[in-house]
Amino acid sequence: MSSVLRVEGLRTAIGDVEIVRGVGFAVAAGETLAVVGESGSGKSMTALSIAGLLPRGGRVVGGEVLLEGRDVLALPEARRRAVRGAEIGMIYQDPMTSLNPLTRVGAQVAEGLTAHGWTKVRARSRTLEVLAEVGLPSPAAIARLYPHQLSGGMRQRVLIAAAIAPRPKVLIADEPTTALDVTIQQQILDVVARLRDEYGLAVVWITHDLGVVARIADEVLVMYAGRAVERASVRPLFAAPAHPYTAGLLRSIPTPATVHRGALPQIGGIPAAPSGLPAGCPFAPRCPQRIGRCEHEEPPLTDRSPGHAACWVSPEHWAGEAR
Amino acid sequence: MTAGTAAAAPRADHLVARIWRDGNGRIGLVVTGLLVLAAVLGVLGVLPHDPLAQAPADRLQGPSAAHWLGTDQFGRDVAARTASGIGTSLRVAVLSVAIACVAGSLLGVLAGFFRGWADQVIGRVIDVLFAFPALLLALAVVSALGSGWQNAAVAIAVVYTPIFARVARGPTLSVARSEYVKAAQVLGLPVRRILFRHVLPNVAAPILVQVTLALSWAILTESALSFLGLGTQPPQPSLGLMVSEARDIAALAWWVLAIPALAIVIAVIGLNLLGDGLRGAADPRSRTGGDR
Repeated sequence: MSSVLRVEGLRTAIGDVEIVRGVGFAVAAGETLAVVGESGSGKSMTALSIAGLLPRGGRVVGGEVLLEGRDVLALPEARRRAVRGAEIGMIYQDPMTSLNPLTRVGAQVAEGLTAHGWTKVRARSRTLEVLAEVGLPSPAAIARLYPHQLSGGMRQRVLIAAAIAPRPKVLIADEPTTALDVTIQQQILDVVARLRDEYGLAVVWITHDLGVVARIADEVLVMYAGRAVERASVRPLFAAPAHPYTAGLLRSIPTPATVHRGALPQIGGIPAAPSGLPAGCPFAPRCPQRIGRCEHEEPPLTDRSPGHAACWVSPEHWAGEAR
Repeated sequence: MTAGTAAAAPRADHLVARIWRDGNGRIGLVVTGLLVLAAVLGVLGVLPHDPLAQAPADRLQGPSAAHWLGTDQFGRDVAARTASGIGTSLRVAVLSVAIACVAGSLLGVLAGFFRGWADQVIGRVIDVLFAFPALLLALAVVSALGSGWQNAAVAIAVVYTPIFARVARGPTLSVARSEYVKAAQVLGLPVRRILFRHVLPNVAAPILVQVTLALSWAILTESALSFLGLGTQPPQPSLGLMVSEARDIAALAWWVLAIPALAIVIAVIGLNLLGDGLRGAADPRSRTGGDR
């Protein structure tokens, strides 16, 4: 199966500090890749690098982002703008602030289309079509409302509609359910999953919520300190994590048993700061499986059943206690 | 600009209604309305007396049934001249504030949105212009351009452009970083469209308030320039010019001096009160409605 989006060796820096240090993955049409990690692990910067919307001072210093074989990083800015929106759609964390408060939501969906050459008439009918597709009742009435007249869940649906209206091939979702309550979360997940199947979208879903990962992802990429520490299909990853960090994340999901005991297991220590990474494996200071080699040599991402992991220690050595 | 007004149109009636509910705003609306009415009557020439017609026989008459506010040293009707003078002053004020508002807002939005060298250059120029006292700067510009009401308007525009630039820049800084501007960039919208459709309407409220305040200062500055003989030229009536002409005869005929001076004071207070009301009505915290 050929990949719609392939990222290879992506490295992104803000100033002199590398935030993303060589991340690679591929997503096929109709497939969802979940990018998981703590705050500051570089997952959002990875998404912004792909979209070409790095904050001031940020720049991609290495690697390739291939959209159907074309390296979008090499395109001039005018062409990148054409790719953005039209071929790569994006939805974000905060639906409350992601819509212009002074513009009717229908106009905001439509302007993404007219910006890419659609006529006003076609953009208007397409807007009503996508508003219906994301499950909003009476799209014509909704299109005339202002953002403050909609609930958070409805706004997120409008944002999804705006993202998919130009029929992009890739949808990047940067924690779009974090600000929503659990029932709305499930509805948004369902909408995106349905659209993914209907449109054959390649979805990159960025989150720190493993519950969301389990529900939507096919493949999972676990990031730590700007690198992929594990990459695997979702079921085997949950069943048998090959990296101590993934295992730690899975252990810290509350279960009835842990809640009853009162103490939620957590990963000790603090996340590595990108500006002061240790010489060896960045996870080593927090790692319960640490061996001498971890202190001075960073492990590469290598084949490690069920997928790939970046760790010197084989999971057989600690599997018993981890699960 | 068209997109901005289109977006704001459905709220226009709300805005006036909200100003009306505010006590100061209501006084400001009424006073400003009366000023505009007087100016329109003066400009249309539908007043009972011609503001330019001299009648030496009737000079320095006190207020009477024929001349409600008396006559000046040439027998011209003070009421007609004041109304017509308000028209002149408002014309200069509106023209200069319009120029300053468009130029200043544009510069401020560009500086705040793009930051970097554009911000540096615009910021430094603004700082330099701010370093001069407003009237001194206006005087310098008029001296360079020559006197006359058009040049006075340009001079006042130069003085107030930096104020609008600074007022527009601040909110632009935060709007430029807002999620919805990022969202518009993700949709691949052209920068021009983002600026006019997403940034400008969202920084319009403080600019609008600034317009009313700047109008009142502009009336004051225009009066000062005309008083010094650098603005509107005689015999065309202007409030500042009327005060200037009345200086020598104020002891004989107080109304010739007092009426135009009072008109200046009322105009400035009225526009300030309107600005106050507008500030309250356009405050984004009170604009969200029943949302939170």
